[in-house]
Amino acid sequence: MKTFRYLPGVATLSLDDTTCVGCGMCETVCPHGVLKIDHKKAAIIDPDGCMECGACATNCPVHAITVTPGVGCASYIIQTWIKGKEAATCGGGSCC
Amino acid sequence: MTNPCSCRPDCCTQGAPAGCEKISSPFVPLPAAAPKDIPCCGSPITKPAGPHEMPGYTICQFVRNFTETPTGRVPIIDTRLTGRDWLGAFRVRLGIFRDAYQVAPGIYGAGSPGPDSPVLVTANYKLSFDTLRRQLGSVDAWIMVCDTRGINVWCAAGKKTFSSQEVADRAVRCNLTQLVRHRQLVLPQLSATGVSAQKVKQLCGFEVVWGPIRAEDITRFLKNGMTADETMRRVTFSTTERLVLTPVELYLLAKPLVRVLAAVFLISGFGPGLFSFHAAWSRGLYAAAAFVLGIFSGAVVMPILLPWIPGLSFSLKGATTGLICAVLLPRGLSGTAFSALMLVVMAVSSYLAMNFTGCTPFTSPSGVEKEMRLAIPLQAVAMLAASVLWILAAFV
Ligand code: SF4
Ligand code: SF4
Repeated sequence: MKTFRYLPGVATLSLDDTTCVGCGMCETVCPHGVLKIDHKKAAIIDPDGCMECGACATNCPVHAITVTPGVGCASYIIQTWIKGKEAATCGGGSCC
Repeated sequence: MTNPCSCRPDCCTQGAPAGCEKISSPFVPLPAAAPKDIPCCGSPITKPAGPHEMPGYTICQFVRNFTETPTGRVPIIDTRLTGRDWLGAFRVRLGIFRDAYQVAPGIYGAGSPGPDSPVLVTANYKLSFDTLRRQLGSVDAWIMVCDTRGINVWCAAGKKTFSSQEVADRAVRCNLTQLVRHRQLVLPQLSATGVSAQKVKQLCGFEVVWGPIRAEDITRFLKNGMTADETMRRVTFSTTERLVLTPVELYLLAKPLVRVLAAVFLISGFGPGLFSFHAAWSRGLYAAAAFVLGIFSGAVVMPILLPWIPGLSFSLKGATTGLICAVLLPRGLSGTAFSALMLVVMAVSSYLAMNFTGCTPFTSPSGVEKEMRLAIPLQAVAMLAASVLWILAAFV
Protein backbone atom coordinates (compact mmCIF):
# COMPACT_ATOMS: atom_id res chain seq x y z
CA MET A 1 0.00 0.00 0.00
CA LYS A 2 2.21 2.75 -1.26
CA THR A 3 -0.18 5.55 -0.31
CA PHE A 4 0.03 4.67 3.36
CA ARG A 5 3.47 4.72 4.87
CA TYR A 6 4.58 4.52 8.45
CA LEU A 7 7.80 5.07 10.37
CA PRO A 8 10.81 3.76 8.43
CA GLY A 9 13.66 1.63 9.73
CA VAL A 10 11.85 -0.02 12.62
CA ALA A 11 10.48 -3.30 11.30
CA THR A 12 11.99 -6.39 12.92
CA LEU A 13 11.75 -8.44 9.73
CA SER A 14 14.75 -10.48 8.69
CA LEU A 15 15.36 -13.17 6.14
CA ASP A 16 18.00 -15.87 6.04
CA ASP A 17 18.45 -16.49 2.36
CA THR A 18 20.73 -19.46 2.83
CA THR A 19 17.87 -21.51 4.32
CA CYS A 20 15.23 -20.14 1.92
CA VAL A 21 14.09 -22.70 -0.62
CA GLY A 22 12.28 -20.21 -2.82
CA CYS A 23 8.82 -21.73 -2.43
CA GLY A 24 7.15 -18.33 -2.75
CA MET A 25 4.73 -18.77 0.13
CA CYS A 26 5.88 -15.57 1.85
CA GLU A 27 5.33 -13.55 -1.31
CA THR A 28 1.78 -14.90 -1.55
CA VAL A 29 0.67 -14.22 2.00
CA CYS A 30 2.25 -10.80 2.57
CA PRO A 31 -0.49 -8.16 2.34
CA HIS A 32 2.02 -5.40 1.59
CA GLY A 33 4.23 -6.84 -1.13
CA VAL A 34 7.28 -6.67 1.11
CA LEU A 35 8.80 -9.91 -0.17
CA LYS A 36 9.49 -11.04 -3.69
CA ILE A 37 11.05 -14.10 -5.23
CA ASP A 38 14.16 -13.23 -7.19
CA HIS A 39 16.39 -15.91 -8.72
CA LYS A 40 14.67 -18.68 -6.74
CA LYS A 41 15.24 -16.91 -3.43
CA ALA A 42 13.00 -14.59 -1.44
CA ALA A 43 14.17 -11.01 -1.06
CA ILE A 44 12.93 -8.16 1.12
CA ILE A 45 12.14 -5.48 -1.42
CA ASP A 46 10.23 -3.01 0.77
CA PRO A 47 11.27 -3.34 4.44
CA ASP A 48 9.49 -0.14 5.49
CA GLY A 49 6.19 -1.45 4.15
CA CYS A 50 6.21 -4.30 6.67
CA MET A 51 3.59 -4.11 9.41
CA GLU A 52 5.03 -7.05 11.34
CA CYS A 53 1.92 -9.19 11.00
CA GLY A 54 3.97 -12.37 10.96
CA ALA A 55 2.09 -14.06 8.11
CA CYS A 56 5.29 -14.73 6.18
CA ALA A 57 7.14 -16.22 9.15
CA THR A 58 4.14 -18.38 10.13
CA ASN A 59 3.95 -19.80 6.62
CA CYS A 60 7.59 -20.26 5.74
CA PRO A 61 8.17 -24.04 5.62
CA VAL A 62 11.85 -23.77 6.52
CA HIS A 63 11.65 -20.95 9.08
CA ALA A 64 13.88 -18.68 7.04
CA ILE A 65 11.99 -15.56 8.13
CA THR A 66 11.92 -14.03 11.58
CA VAL A 67 9.81 -11.12 12.66
CA THR A 68 8.52 -10.05 16.06
CA PRO A 69 4.82 -10.03 15.45
CA GLY A 70 2.59 -7.97 17.63
CA VAL A 71 -0.50 -5.89 17.92
CA GLY A 72 0.13 -2.45 16.47
CA CYS A 73 -2.39 -0.90 18.78
CA ALA A 74 -1.52 1.93 21.16
CA SER A 75 -3.88 0.96 23.97
CA TYR A 76 -2.53 -2.59 23.87
CA ILE A 77 1.04 -1.36 24.08
CA ILE A 78 0.20 0.90 27.03
CA GLN A 79 -1.20 -2.16 28.78
CA THR A 80 1.97 -4.13 28.13
CA TRP A 81 3.94 -1.28 29.70
CA ILE A 82 1.76 -1.20 32.78
CA LYS A 83 0.72 -4.80 33.33
CA GLY A 84 3.33 -6.69 31.32
CA LYS A 85 3.00 -8.70 28.14
CA GLU A 86 0.96 -11.54 29.60
CA ALA A 87 -1.85 -9.54 31.17
CA ALA A 88 -2.42 -7.14 28.31
CA THR A 89 -5.60 -7.63 26.35
CA CYS A 90 -7.15 -6.02 23.40
CA GLY A 91 -10.56 -6.32 25.09
CA GLY A 92 -12.99 -3.60 24.19
CA GLY A 93 -10.29 -2.07 22.07
CA SER A 94 -11.28 -0.39 18.90
CA CYS A 95 -9.16 -2.61 16.71
CA CYS A 96 -11.47 -5.58 16.64
CA MET B 1 -60.59 -30.13 30.03
CA THR B 2 -57.24 -30.20 28.34
CA ASN B 3 -56.54 -27.47 25.98
CA PRO B 4 -54.45 -28.68 23.04
CA CYS B 5 -54.13 -25.33 21.39
CA SER B 6 -51.43 -23.04 22.64
CA CYS B 7 -53.73 -20.20 23.60
CA ARG B 8 -54.99 -19.79 27.13
CA PRO B 9 -58.56 -21.10 27.64
CA ASP B 10 -59.88 -17.73 28.73
CA CYS B 11 -58.85 -16.00 25.54
CA CYS B 12 -60.78 -18.19 23.17
CA THR B 13 -64.02 -16.38 23.76
CA GLN B 14 -64.80 -16.22 20.08
CA GLY B 15 -64.63 -19.97 19.67
CA ALA B 16 -61.55 -22.07 19.38
CA PRO B 17 -59.72 -21.78 16.07
CA ALA B 18 -60.06 -24.62 13.63
CA GLY B 19 -57.99 -27.59 14.68
CA CYS B 20 -58.44 -26.97 18.37
CA GLU B 21 -61.28 -29.46 18.82
CA LYS B 22 -59.55 -32.45 17.28
CA ILE B 23 -57.84 -33.69 20.37
CA SER B 24 -57.75 -37.33 19.38
CA SER B 25 -54.31 -37.25 17.73
CA PRO B 26 -51.27 -35.63 19.31
CA PHE B 27 -49.95 -34.78 15.83
CA VAL B 28 -52.60 -32.32 14.88
CA PRO B 29 -51.47 -30.42 11.82
CA LEU B 30 -52.10 -26.72 12.09
CA PRO B 31 -54.56 -25.44 9.53
CA ALA B 32 -52.78 -24.83 6.23
CA ALA B 33 -54.39 -21.47 5.77
CA ALA B 34 -55.08 -19.91 9.12
CA PRO B 35 -58.44 -18.24 9.23
CA LYS B 36 -57.64 -14.57 9.24
CA ASP B 37 -60.77 -13.42 10.99
CA ILE B 38 -60.20 -15.38 14.17
CA PRO B 39 -57.64 -13.69 16.36
CA CYS B 40 -55.86 -15.93 18.82
CA CYS B 41 -54.69 -14.05 21.86
CA GLY B 42 -55.03 -10.82 20.01
CA SER B 43 -52.87 -11.64 17.03
CA PRO B 44 -53.55 -13.55 13.83
CA ILE B 45 -52.24 -17.11 13.59
CA THR B 46 -48.77 -17.19 12.03
CA LYS B 47 -47.34 -19.67 9.52
CA PRO B 48 -47.19 -23.33 10.53
CA ALA B 49 -43.88 -24.72 11.72
CA GLY B 50 -41.55 -25.55 8.82
CA PRO B 51 -40.25 -29.06 8.09
CA HIS B 52 -36.78 -28.24 9.39
CA GLU B 53 -37.72 -26.82 12.75
CA MET B 54 -36.35 -28.71 15.72
CA PRO B 55 -37.09 -28.35 19.42
CA GLY B 56 -34.53 -26.15 21.11
CA TYR B 57 -33.20 -24.60 17.90
CA THR B 58 -34.06 -21.48 15.97
CA ILE B 59 -33.48 -21.33 12.26
CA CYS B 60 -31.33 -18.29 11.48
CA GLN B 61 -33.06 -15.84 9.22
CA PHE B 62 -30.23 -16.02 6.67
CA VAL B 63 -30.90 -19.73 6.09
CA ARG B 64 -32.98 -20.19 2.96
CA ASN B 65 -33.23 -23.93 2.88
CA PHE B 66 -31.52 -27.15 3.86
CA THR B 67 -29.82 -29.74 1.69
CA GLU B 68 -29.17 -33.37 2.44
CA THR B 69 -25.52 -34.40 2.12
CA PRO B 70 -23.52 -37.53 3.00
CA THR B 71 -22.56 -35.73 6.21
CA GLY B 72 -26.09 -34.78 7.14
CA ARG B 73 -28.32 -31.83 6.68
CA VAL B 74 -26.57 -28.58 5.71
CA PRO B 75 -28.17 -25.14 5.75
CA ILE B 76 -28.20 -23.23 2.47
CA ILE B 77 -27.75 -19.55 3.09
CA ASP B 78 -29.30 -16.58 1.38
CA THR B 79 -26.73 -14.53 -0.52
CA ARG B 80 -28.76 -11.37 -0.20
CA LEU B 81 -28.71 -9.38 3.01
CA THR B 82 -32.02 -8.38 4.53
CA GLY B 83 -32.93 -5.23 6.39
CA ARG B 84 -32.23 -7.07 9.61
CA ASP B 85 -28.66 -7.86 8.56
CA TRP B 86 -28.03 -4.25 7.68
CA LEU B 87 -29.57 -3.05 10.92
CA GLY B 88 -27.41 -5.50 12.86
CA ALA B 89 -24.31 -4.35 11.00
CA PHE B 90 -25.24 -0.75 11.64
CA ARG B 91 -25.60 -1.36 15.36
CA VAL B 92 -22.32 -3.22 15.54
CA ARG B 93 -20.59 -0.38 13.71
CA LEU B 94 -22.00 2.09 16.17
CA GLY B 95 -20.53 0.04 18.97
CA ILE B 96 -23.69 -1.44 20.41
CA PHE B 97 -23.95 -5.22 20.88
CA ARG B 98 -20.46 -5.76 19.57
CA ASP B 99 -19.85 -8.85 21.63
CA ALA B 100 -22.66 -11.17 20.64
CA TYR B 101 -22.60 -10.83 16.89
CA GLN B 102 -21.70 -14.38 15.98
CA VAL B 103 -22.83 -17.22 13.77
CA ALA B 104 -22.64 -20.87 14.74
CA PRO B 105 -19.40 -22.49 13.51
CA GLY B 106 -19.76 -25.34 11.03
CA ILE B 107 -20.57 -25.95 7.43
CA TYR B 108 -23.02 -23.94 5.34
CA GLY B 109 -23.85 -24.03 1.65
CA ALA B 110 -24.40 -21.34 -0.97
CA GLY B 111 -26.27 -21.96 -4.24
CA SER B 112 -26.45 -25.67 -5.01
CA PRO B 113 -23.10 -26.98 -3.77
CA GLY B 114 -21.89 -30.47 -4.69
CA PRO B 115 -18.89 -32.72 -4.03
CA ASP B 116 -16.68 -30.63 -6.32
CA SER B 117 -17.65 -27.21 -5.02
CA PRO B 118 -14.92 -25.14 -3.35
CA VAL B 119 -14.81 -24.82 0.42
CA LEU B 120 -14.47 -21.22 1.57
CA VAL B 121 -13.31 -20.73 5.13
CA THR B 122 -14.24 -17.71 7.24
CA ALA B 123 -14.57 -16.42 10.80
CA ASN B 124 -17.73 -16.67 12.88
CA TYR B 125 -18.06 -12.92 13.31
CA LYS B 126 -21.40 -12.17 11.70
CA LEU B 127 -20.06 -9.18 9.77
CA SER B 128 -17.30 -11.31 8.21
CA PHE B 129 -19.83 -14.01 7.38
CA ASP B 130 -22.32 -11.51 5.92
CA THR B 131 -19.65 -9.82 3.82
CA LEU B 132 -18.70 -13.13 2.28
CA ARG B 133 -22.28 -14.30 1.81
CA ARG B 134 -23.29 -11.10 0.06
CA GLN B 135 -20.50 -11.50 -2.49
CA LEU B 136 -21.32 -15.04 -3.47
CA GLY B 137 -24.30 -14.26 -5.70
CA SER B 138 -25.03 -17.39 -7.68
CA VAL B 139 -21.77 -19.18 -6.87
CA ASP B 140 -22.07 -22.78 -5.67
CA ALA B 141 -19.79 -23.24 -2.69
CA TRP B 142 -19.45 -24.57 0.82
CA ILE B 143 -18.68 -22.15 3.59
CA MET B 144 -16.81 -23.48 6.57
CA VAL B 145 -17.20 -21.14 9.51
CA CYS B 146 -14.47 -21.45 12.12
CA ASP B 147 -14.91 -20.66 15.78
CA THR B 148 -12.93 -17.45 16.11
CA ARG B 149 -14.96 -16.37 19.17
CA GLY B 150 -16.93 -13.90 17.14
CA ILE B 151 -13.86 -11.93 16.09
CA ASN B 152 -13.16 -10.90 12.49
CA VAL B 153 -10.63 -12.68 10.30
CA TRP B 154 -7.76 -10.23 10.70
CA CYS B 155 -7.96 -9.75 14.47
CA ALA B 156 -8.70 -13.41 15.11
CA ALA B 157 -5.64 -14.44 13.12
CA GLY B 158 -3.57 -11.92 15.10
CA LYS B 159 -4.89 -13.32 18.37
CA LYS B 160 -4.46 -16.88 17.11
CA THR B 161 -8.08 -17.90 17.58
CA PHE B 162 -8.13 -18.31 13.80
CA SER B 163 -5.37 -20.91 13.86
CA SER B 164 -4.11 -23.95 11.98
CA GLN B 165 -5.49 -26.14 14.75
CA GLU B 166 -8.95 -24.57 14.60
CA VAL B 167 -9.14 -24.87 10.80
CA ALA B 168 -8.01 -28.51 10.85
CA ASP B 169 -10.27 -29.46 13.77
CA ARG B 170 -13.22 -27.80 12.11
CA ALA B 171 -12.55 -29.64 8.85
CA VAL B 172 -12.53 -32.94 10.70
CA ARG B 173 -15.63 -32.10 12.73
CA CYS B 174 -17.47 -31.07 9.58
CA ASN B 175 -16.54 -34.36 7.94
CA LEU B 176 -15.20 -32.51 4.94
CA THR B 177 -13.64 -35.62 3.45
CA GLN B 178 -17.15 -37.07 3.11
CA LEU B 179 -18.62 -33.85 1.82
CA VAL B 180 -16.22 -33.02 -1.00
CA ARG B 181 -14.04 -35.01 -3.39
CA HIS B 182 -11.20 -32.46 -3.59
CA ARG B 183 -8.78 -31.68 -0.76
CA GLN B 184 -8.54 -27.91 -0.83
CA LEU B 185 -9.61 -25.13 1.51
CA VAL B 186 -9.82 -21.51 0.40
CA LEU B 187 -8.73 -19.26 3.26
CA PRO B 188 -8.79 -15.46 3.34
CA GLN B 189 -5.24 -14.21 2.89
CA LEU B 190 -5.41 -12.13 6.05
CA SER B 191 -5.78 -15.27 8.14
CA ALA B 192 -2.20 -16.24 7.19
CA THR B 193 -0.99 -14.45 10.31
CA GLY B 194 -2.57 -17.19 12.41
CA VAL B 195 -2.84 -20.11 10.01
CA SER B 196 0.10 -22.00 8.57
CA ALA B 197 -0.78 -23.73 5.32
CA GLN B 198 1.82 -26.38 5.99
CA LYS B 199 0.45 -27.19 9.43
CA VAL B 200 -3.14 -27.44 8.20
CA LYS B 201 -1.99 -29.93 5.59
CA GLN B 202 -0.20 -32.00 8.22
CA LEU B 203 -3.16 -31.93 10.59
CA CYS B 204 -6.07 -32.68 8.29
CA GLY B 205 -4.70 -33.39 4.84
CA PHE B 206 -6.31 -30.40 3.20
CA GLU B 207 -4.24 -28.04 1.13
CA VAL B 208 -4.68 -24.34 1.88
CA VAL B 209 -5.28 -22.08 -1.11
CA TRP B 210 -4.84 -18.44 -0.16
CA GLY B 211 -7.88 -16.54 -1.31
CA PRO B 212 -8.15 -12.80 -1.83
CA ILE B 213 -7.96 -10.31 1.05
CA ARG B 214 -11.36 -8.79 0.34
CA ALA B 215 -14.51 -10.88 0.04
CA GLU B 216 -15.62 -8.75 -2.90
CA ASP B 217 -12.92 -10.39 -5.01
CA ILE B 218 -13.98 -13.94 -4.20
CA THR B 219 -16.09 -14.60 -7.30
CA ARG B 220 -13.37 -13.19 -9.55
CA PHE B 221 -10.86 -15.37 -7.72
CA LEU B 222 -12.96 -18.50 -8.23
CA LYS B 223 -13.59 -17.68 -11.90
CA ASN B 224 -9.86 -17.22 -12.47
CA GLY B 225 -9.33 -20.82 -11.43
CA MET B 226 -8.43 -19.93 -7.84
CA THR B 227 -5.68 -17.51 -8.63
CA ALA B 228 -5.38 -14.06 -7.15
CA ASP B 229 -3.82 -11.18 -8.99
CA GLU B 230 -1.70 -8.50 -7.36
CA THR B 231 -4.66 -6.24 -6.48
CA MET B 232 -6.45 -9.03 -4.61
CA ARG B 233 -3.31 -9.63 -2.57
CA ARG B 234 -2.75 -6.09 -1.31
CA VAL B 235 -4.53 -4.65 1.66
CA THR B 236 -6.34 -1.33 1.22
CA PHE B 237 -7.49 1.35 3.60
CA SER B 238 -9.95 3.46 1.65
CA THR B 239 -11.86 6.45 2.95
CA THR B 240 -14.96 4.28 3.44
CA GLU B 241 -12.95 1.65 5.27
CA ARG B 242 -11.63 4.36 7.58
CA LEU B 243 -14.99 6.07 7.95
CA VAL B 244 -16.85 3.00 9.24
CA LEU B 245 -14.33 2.72 12.06
CA THR B 246 -14.97 6.15 13.54
CA PRO B 247 -18.38 5.62 15.24
CA VAL B 248 -17.02 2.77 17.36
CA GLU B 249 -14.06 4.92 18.33
CA LEU B 250 -16.42 7.64 19.49
CA TYR B 251 -18.69 5.21 21.31
CA LEU B 252 -15.79 3.75 23.25
CA LEU B 253 -14.78 7.24 24.34
CA ALA B 254 -18.16 8.05 25.90
CA LYS B 255 -17.39 6.37 29.22
CA PRO B 256 -13.97 7.82 29.95
CA LEU B 257 -15.22 11.20 28.75
CA VAL B 258 -17.66 11.48 31.67
CA ARG B 259 -14.84 11.16 34.17
CA VAL B 260 -12.60 13.53 32.28
CA LEU B 261 -15.32 16.16 32.06
CA ALA B 262 -15.93 15.94 35.82
CA ALA B 263 -12.26 16.80 36.34
CA VAL B 264 -12.47 19.56 33.75
CA PHE B 265 -15.36 21.29 35.52
CA LEU B 266 -13.57 20.93 38.84
CA ILE B 267 -10.38 22.56 37.57
CA SER B 268 -12.38 25.33 35.95
CA GLY B 269 -13.82 26.31 39.33
CA PHE B 270 -10.47 27.34 40.80
CA GLY B 271 -9.95 31.08 40.78
CA PRO B 272 -9.39 34.19 42.89
CA GLY B 273 -11.98 33.16 45.50
CA LEU B 274 -10.40 29.67 45.72
CA PHE B 275 -13.41 27.85 44.27
CA SER B 276 -16.53 29.13 42.57
CA PHE B 277 -19.37 26.97 41.34
CA HIS B 278 -20.37 29.68 38.94
CA ALA B 279 -16.91 29.64 37.34
CA ALA B 280 -16.83 25.85 37.40
CA TRP B 281 -19.90 25.87 35.21
CA SER B 282 -19.27 28.83 32.92
CA ARG B 283 -15.55 28.27 32.36
CA GLY B 284 -16.03 24.51 32.49
CA LEU B 285 -18.24 24.69 29.43
CA TYR B 286 -15.44 26.31 27.44
CA ALA B 287 -12.97 23.67 28.56
CA ALA B 288 -15.44 20.89 27.80
CA ALA B 289 -15.89 22.32 24.31
CA ALA B 290 -12.12 22.05 23.84
CA PHE B 291 -12.22 18.36 24.79
CA VAL B 292 -15.07 17.61 22.44
CA LEU B 293 -13.23 19.45 19.68
CA GLY B 294 -10.09 17.45 20.41
CA ILE B 295 -12.05 14.20 20.18
CA PHE B 296 -13.66 15.29 16.94
CA SER B 297 -10.26 16.18 15.54
CA GLY B 298 -8.46 13.03 16.67
CA ALA B 299 -11.16 10.41 16.14
CA VAL B 300 -12.99 11.78 13.09
CA VAL B 301 -11.01 14.40 11.16
CA MET B 302 -7.63 12.71 11.39
CA PRO B 303 -8.83 9.19 10.35
CA ILE B 304 -10.69 10.63 7.36
CA LEU B 305 -7.86 12.89 6.22
CA LEU B 306 -5.16 10.34 7.12
CA PRO B 307 -3.42 10.00 3.73
CA TRP B 308 -3.42 13.74 3.07
CA ILE B 309 -1.99 15.03 6.34
CA PRO B 310 1.76 15.42 5.99
CA GLY B 311 4.09 13.38 8.19
CA LEU B 312 4.39 9.74 9.15
CA SER B 313 3.71 9.69 12.86
CA PHE B 314 0.05 9.51 13.82
CA SER B 315 0.43 11.59 16.96
CA LEU B 316 1.95 14.40 14.92
CA LYS B 317 -0.85 14.16 12.36
CA GLY B 318 -3.36 14.36 15.20
CA ALA B 319 -1.66 17.40 16.67
CA THR B 320 -1.79 19.03 13.24
CA THR B 321 -5.52 18.51 12.79
CA GLY B 322 -5.95 19.65 16.41
CA LEU B 323 -4.15 22.89 15.66
CA ILE B 324 -6.42 23.49 12.68
CA CYS B 325 -9.58 22.52 14.56
CA ALA B 326 -8.64 24.94 17.35
CA VAL B 327 -9.86 27.80 15.16
CA LEU B 328 -13.35 26.53 15.99
CA LEU B 329 -12.84 27.30 19.68
CA PRO B 330 -15.34 29.82 21.08
CA ARG B 331 -14.40 33.50 20.71
CA GLY B 332 -13.95 36.01 23.50
CA LEU B 333 -11.27 34.25 25.53
CA SER B 334 -8.13 35.87 26.89
CA GLY B 335 -4.82 34.99 25.26
CA THR B 336 -3.83 32.75 28.17
CA ALA B 337 -7.15 30.94 28.22
CA PHE B 338 -7.07 30.43 24.48
CA SER B 339 -3.54 28.98 24.57
CA ALA B 340 -4.63 26.59 27.32
CA LEU B 341 -7.59 25.33 25.32
CA MET B 342 -5.58 25.10 22.14
CA LEU B 343 -3.10 22.86 23.93
CA VAL B 344 -5.98 20.70 25.13
CA VAL B 345 -7.37 20.26 21.62
CA MET B 346 -3.94 19.36 20.26
CA ALA B 347 -3.04 16.94 23.05
CA VAL B 348 -6.38 15.12 22.99
CA SER B 349 -6.37 14.95 19.22
CA SER B 350 -2.79 13.71 19.15
CA TYR B 351 -3.49 10.99 21.72
CA LEU B 352 -6.59 9.70 19.95
CA ALA B 353 -4.90 9.81 16.56
CA MET B 354 -2.12 7.69 18.01
CA ASN B 355 -4.74 5.21 19.22
CA PHE B 356 -6.06 4.95 15.70
CA THR B 357 -2.93 2.97 14.80
CA GLY B 358 -4.77 -0.03 16.25
CA CYS B 359 -7.32 0.19 13.47
CA THR B 360 -4.97 0.49 10.56
CA PRO B 361 -3.62 -2.37 8.47
CA PHE B 362 -0.17 -0.90 7.92
CA THR B 363 1.33 0.34 11.19
CA SER B 364 4.00 -1.94 12.61
CA PRO B 365 3.99 -2.53 16.39
CA SER B 366 7.66 -1.53 16.54
CA GLY B 367 6.77 1.76 14.87
CA VAL B 368 3.80 2.38 17.16
CA GLU B 369 5.90 1.74 20.23
CA LYS B 370 8.65 4.03 19.00
CA GLU B 371 6.15 6.78 18.32
CA MET B 372 4.46 6.36 21.69
CA ARG B 373 7.70 6.63 23.66
CA LEU B 374 8.15 10.07 22.22
CA ALA B 375 4.57 11.26 21.98
CA ILE B 376 3.05 10.29 25.33
CA PRO B 377 5.42 12.40 27.46
CA LEU B 378 4.81 15.36 25.13
CA GLN B 379 1.05 14.90 25.34
CA ALA B 380 1.26 14.72 29.14
CA VAL B 381 3.38 17.87 29.32
CA ALA B 382 0.92 19.68 27.03
CA MET B 383 -2.01 18.69 29.26
CA LEU B 384 -0.18 19.79 32.39
CA ALA B 385 0.75 23.12 30.83
CA ALA B 386 -2.84 23.53 29.67
CA SER B 387 -4.17 22.98 33.20
CA VAL B 388 -1.72 25.50 34.68
CA LEU B 389 -2.52 28.10 32.03
CA TRP B 390 -6.25 27.52 32.45
CA ILE B 391 -6.11 28.10 36.21
CA LEU B 392 -3.83 31.12 35.70
CA ALA B 393 -6.31 32.54 33.19
CA ALA B 394 -8.92 32.71 35.93
CA PHE B 395 -6.74 35.25 37.78
CA VAL B 396 -6.07 37.63 34.91
S1 SF4 C 1 8.39 -18.87 2.46
FE1 SF4 C 1 10.43 -19.21 3.27
S2 SF4 C 1 11.33 -20.72 1.92
FE2 SF4 C 1 9.53 -19.95 0.87
S3 SF4 C 1 10.33 -18.31 -0.41
FE3 SF4 C 1 9.67 -17.34 1.49
S4 SF4 C 1 11.51 -17.33 2.77
FE4 SF4 C 1 11.90 -18.75 1.10
S1 SF4 D 1 5.38 -9.52 8.61
FE1 SF4 D 1 3.55 -9.27 7.37
S2 SF4 D 1 3.84 -7.31 6.35
FE2 SF4 D 1 5.83 -7.94 7.12
S3 SF4 D 1 6.77 -9.01 5.43
FE3 SF4 D 1 5.78 -10.56 6.67
S4 SF4 D 1 3.78 -10.80 5.78
FE4 SF4 D 1 4.60 -8.89 4.96
